[in-house]
Amino acid sequence: MKVHLWGTRGSLPTPLDAQEVRNKIAIALVQAGGRHFADREAALQWMTSALPFEVAGGFGGNTSCVQLDHGGDEYVLCDAGSGLRVFGNRVLAERGGRPGVYHLVMSHVHWDHIMGFPFFTPAFIPGNRIRIYGCHDKLETAFRRQHGAPSFPVDFDALGASIEFVKLDVGRTVDIAGFAVTPKLQLHAGDSYGYRFERDGKSVIYSTDSEHKPDDLQQTKEFVDFFRGADIVIFDAMYSFAEAISVKEDWGHGSNVSGVEICQMAEVKHLVLFHHEPMNDDARIAATLAESRRLEQITRDRRPKLRVTSAYDGLELTP
Amino acid sequence: MLLSHQRIDDTVVLAPAGRIDHHSAEEFRDAVTPWLVGCHSGANGHALVFDLSTVDYISSAGLRVLMLASKQTKPAGGRLAVAALQPVVSEIFKISRFDLVFAIHPTVDAAVASFTPQPAPTR
Repeated sequence: MKVHLWGTRGSLPTPLDAQEVRNKIAIALVQAGGRHFADREAALQWMTSALPFEVAGGFGGNTSCVQLDHGGDEYVLCDAGSGLRVFGNRVLAERGGRPGVYHLVMSHVHWDHIMGFPFFTPAFIPGNRIRIYGCHDKLETAFRRQHGAPSFPVDFDALGASIEFVKLDVGRTVDIAGFAVTPKLQLHAGDSYGYRFERDGKSVIYSTDSEHKPDDLQQTKEFVDFFRGADIVIFDAMYSFAEAISVKEDWGHGSNVSGVEICQMAEVKHLVLFHHEPMNDDARIAATLAESRRLEQITRDRRPKLRVTSAYDGLELTP
Repeated sequence: MLLSHQRIDDTVVLAPAGRIDHHSAEEFRDAVTPWLVGCHSGANGHALVFDLSTVDYISSAGLRVLMLASKQTKPAGGRLAVAALQPVVSEIFKISRFDLVFAIHPTVDAAVASFTPQPAPTR
């Protein structure tokens, strides 16, 4: 099984601006210290090995879209944020005109989680099949509405692919393209749902747009049970913990601190910090990752080590 | 949850001990709550200092108790500080960004002194 992260930013697409690109180049030039590179390949190799990720690359700015891939011919994705556009273009390049089947499993229908769908090219092509799954009653309404005038020029009914909506129920496990998928209700305005994907003894949790109340022992227990023993947990870590329980309390998002704590309690193997705050630049996200790893280290006690990674657009993971 | 207390001038110093985790946080909250009513800027009000010198771990649930104490007392002009953090707890405060929420002092004496009016400079 593989997990591809096509969009990892929270709330709003967040492209780098010219000043941020210039800053990265300036840092790289200073670090290079007058080195000579024979060609572009040599320069790239040095950058990747010698420069920190937040300078040589970056975490990206597309909103939520994560693919779970077990090698089958059908595609399984979580959420249809702006990262879906990148996935769609990649798939078209690989498949050519061959029809495909796409399964979209939706955490919820806030705009940043559906905005990629109007730009998902396979939806426009006859012969493709798209099944959109979720626990919300208004799943179809939300997808149709963003295609309606005056918001978008192509009406939903004009899309060429065959599109159907499938309602899921909390706690009831269903088979989606070979994955056993179990939804869980999460705390978020209008509700959101996390999903546990299982196949061949491996488990991946997709849990975004989810607020955790540290003094709600029942909620904590439910999430520990839901995450229990997972190989990968993709976790909404949008805010600092202080923000999440003060000025941004009830805004429906989590923190890196809650992620580390809950995943430690659940003996998860790999925590992936996800849904990055658009206000945070690459340096800030990298610093949060370093702090999260340090928190895991100083609070580990006798538990096995929890691996902590920060999600970025283009990241590929193997559970 | 053991929570000792002492009064130094107009400041109450509360000293929890051990681990403040998800299991003990509720007890910590219950022990702290009675001291919040008097934490205000009016007559007979007192400041609060949390002496964390014997706390070796604090979880998010424990931090939330401190945040609630701050939220409850700030509108009435209450003054709060934390003091004498062990290295691990100090790191947890920084990683949680609680160092931006609370005044942190190296010692209880320094925290108490921060609440004590300083005499006007003499010529």
